Amino acid sequence: MGALATNTVERTLDQDRFDYLLHLGDNALVLGQRMSEWVGHAPALELEMAVSNLALDLIGEAQLWLDLAGRIEGEGRDADRLANFRDALDFRNLLIVEQPNGDWAFTVARHYLFSLQHLAVVERLSESRDEEIADIARKVRPEIAYHVKFARSWIERLGDGTEESHARLQRAIDRLWRFTGEMFAPDAIEERLADEGIAPDLRTLEADWRAEVEQVFEASGGLDIPEVKRMTLGGREGHHSEHLGHLLCELQFLQRAYPGLEW
Amino acid sequence: MSDTIDEARIREVLESVMDPEIPVVSIVDLGMLREVRRAPDGGFEVILSPTYTGCPATDVIKRLVEEALERAGISDPVVRYQLSPPWTTEWISEEGRRKLARYGIAPPVPKAAPDRPVACPRCGSEDTEVVAAFGSTPCKSAMRCRACLEPFEHFKCH
Repeated sequence: MGALATNTVERTLDQDRFDYLLHLGDNALVLGQRMSEWVGHAPALELEMAVSNLALDLIGEAQLWLDLAGRIEGEGRDADRLANFRDALDFRNLLIVEQPNGDWAFTVARHYLFSLQHLAVVERLSESRDEEIADIARKVRPEIAYHVKFARSWIERLGDGTEESHARLQRAIDRLWRFTGEMFAPDAIEERLADEGIAPDLRTLEADWRAEVEQVFEASGGLDIPEVKRMTLGGREGHHSEHLGHLLCELQFLQRAYPGLEW
Repeated sequence: MSDTIDEARIREVLESVMDPEIPVVSIVDLGMLREVRRAPDGGFEVILSPTYTGCPATDVIKRLVEEALERAGISDPVVRYQLSPPWTTEWISEEGRRKLARYGIAPPVPKAAPDRPVACPRCGSEDTEVVAAFGSTPCKSAMRCRACLEPFEHFKCH
């Protein structure tokens, strides 16, 4: 389907940039929403503050990408409009970020695996030929670096903790691993943008990502990387898990019920 | 608009605009003021750097700046945020660092010396530890002094 569509319809660079910015924005928005679900339920007061700050960073990041997407589209949609009035099929986020929080081990495993890729992407985007994209990437980079540091410290702590914490973390990794392939599998849009020097070639990021994961897992009580024969893909095309619809119900409820409502 | 209003006067007004979450430091102390310039229509443009991407104070600060300028008789100032170059804690002034410390918030360690211990803003001891990587606002982490046993906040190096 993708091949047919790209062969028969000539897409402009702005359409590609728009879709790519939705992808970046939706990753941050959906993960930010997931993190905010912890508020009021986190295992300790310090983690209450951590999750709300992680969520804030991500929602702030989403706002920057989605506002730029809206400006490029030129139809008057801003970040709020794009966040609140698109349906699941139009979301372009990776599947890993929409997976439900599970326990704390699952949440930090998801955050570590994704944030490490996220950091590599914004580092490369900081050098993008697209100045507007580079400006946003340079702005969010130090914040995402902090996310990686935070999540990594929890991998070490749980992996090298008790038998129970290690087992829970390993179970989380086993369940999440099939979503990691998508982080390094560009679609046609990202390939064209990589050729233009706008987006990074994701395939060149995987080796470093995997090397760090292996090293950290090894140092964290010897966590195993599971063997997955077939990675689960589809987020960029809008083929989401059932979980995204439920997440959007909550995220979008107020604007759907009272369109245009402001604080 | 009065002819006596110039850039220096605008900077002076902005020095009175305090961070709503850390009310002892002004946005100038924090290094948020990038530029004051004349717009083609003769008005003034004030360019600010946002601190943290998700900081809820960002919108409030813009409004406070507009209100302060209007109170000072500077009508229709244009206040804009500019992402690039990205704000860093290195831009916090020496005066700002002193004010933070007096308020009980340890100022950020310099980027050039990231391993330097964070001194307790109360007793000055360098025997301190991190309690939590995130504090009450995006810009701070929670710490504790092992010498005087007091908890305190640290403005994170960014």
